[in-house]
Amino acid sequence: MANVPKDLKYTREHEWAKQEGDRVRVGITAYAQEQLGDVVFVELPKVGAKVTATKNFGVVESVKAVSDLFAPISGEVAEVNGELGQKPEIVNQDPYGKGWMLVVKPSSKGEWDQLLTAQQYEELIAQGGH
Amino acid sequence: MTTALKRTPLYHEHVAAGARMVPFGGWEMPVQYTGIIEEHRATRGAVGLFDVSHMGEFEVEGPGALAALQHLTTNDVAALEVGQIQYSVLCYPNGTIVDDLTVYRMGAERYMLTVNAGNIDKDWAHVTKSTEHVKDAQWRNSSEGTGLIAVQGPKAEALVGRLADHDVTTIDYYRFARGTVGEVPTLISRTGYTGEDGFELYAPADGTAQLWKALLGAGRADGATPVGLGARDTLRLEMKYALYGNDIDDTTNALEAGLGWVVKPAKGEFIGREALEKVRAEGLRRRLVGIEMVDKAVARHGYPVKKDGRAVGVVTSGSYGPSVDKYIGIAYVETALAAVGTALEVEIRGQDKAAQIVRTPFYASKVKKAG
Repeated sequence: MANVPKDLKYTREHEWAKQEGDRVRVGITAYAQEQLGDVVFVELPKVGAKVTATKNFGVVESVKAVSDLFAPISGEVAEVNGELGQKPEIVNQDPYGKGWMLVVKPSSKGEWDQLLTAQQYEELIAQGGH
Repeated sequence: MTTALKRTPLYHEHVAAGARMVPFGGWEMPVQYTGIIEEHRATRGAVGLFDVSHMGEFEVEGPGALAALQHLTTNDVAALEVGQIQYSVLCYPNGTIVDDLTVYRMGAERYMLTVNAGNIDKDWAHVTKSTEHVKDAQWRNSSEGTGLIAVQGPKAEALVGRLADHDVTTIDYYRFARGTVGEVPTLISRTGYTGEDGFELYAPADGTAQLWKALLGAGRADGATPVGLGARDTLRLEMKYALYGNDIDDTTNALEAGLGWVVKPAKGEFIGREALEKVRAEGLRRRLVGIEMVDKAVARHGYPVKKDGRAVGVVTSGSYGPSVDKYIGIAYVETALAAVGTALEVEIRGQDKAAQIVRTPFYASKVKKAG
């Protein structure tokens, strides 16, 4: 069973979100990177770009496939993990740590409660991830 | 409607090894065991074991076998000696491709054809129907009873040699011998789809698991690793070996696909000859070339290729090449723009990304050439 940290929130599309003060850090889950296989390319927005909850904010490509990334929360991109440009494999090696993708400054508060809890996300992936 | 997926004799070995199984050409096949890049590197650095039992095998025998194959295939089967293998193409009358295949001369009047898994039914109908007029040629579809394991990489010869009942170092590239490997009766073929030295081992379906276990056991110290279809694809991509359904199909002709080296009109009549002769005389409209991304982006099958914003072709295969550490691809482009060094763009999610045509293979071939 893939690792699902209890202190994070999740989307149905396999992103995680972590509250850090007034900001939210975003990445993809251990389950997502396992399903993708070797990540070879990550395309992320620029600092200052706006992202919208449930909408596409970028792309992650494995050797075999292209997958869209979906924002857990709406807001402005405050930080982008530039290291993924040179070393996309970090997403596989450390999805909840060094493999983070964005830090977002949320524009609304209500969206956080819409996200899945760790328990809800575990149930989702136990059913095959859909 | 879903049809039940077929399984190879090694299905249970793959599941027990923790492989991720996916549908491929009607078969349930391992796409990866530990990871595509790791398996790719294990093949280039040591030796990879590939279950390719899903491939199809047809046999044709009799005084008319040569005439049947000369009619069906583009290459000159008369040039084959017993024990020799030939890469070839089955064409439609318009010169487009039914399948690519290898032809084995098993005996004076007996041949074996190895065809792509997803094309077995189509090819069987094509070869039997197209040769109904040929007398004294008996066809047999032995796909189901035959397992096939590819052993590829710099340590392949030593590994197969340790398990074989005779000296495999004497088998040249595109030659085969019969023997036993791990005490399983095997046709030992010095061929492959990776650009590495190695063998493809044909065995009876009920002996294939024993052969697989023998290779894994005897190869452990060499770093022998099971390799899935994911790495099989990146390995062949680095060699620019065509994949049916991606780079070649019934809309591409054999010449534009770069397979002119196996099209031999001088041998006489064959299906597609007239059309291909016409293409040759009029000149190719497009060519299959190797591209490398200049901008950071991954080209994929179906993406448009452009020159200064104008559509000039299409990507047929593309991914990351682990051994060249670049984003590489194969694409059809207009002949006038097909020279090495030409700057092009690939349209990726609505954006034009810089690419250029490069020399192929992307990775230098290590196959054993006849010496």
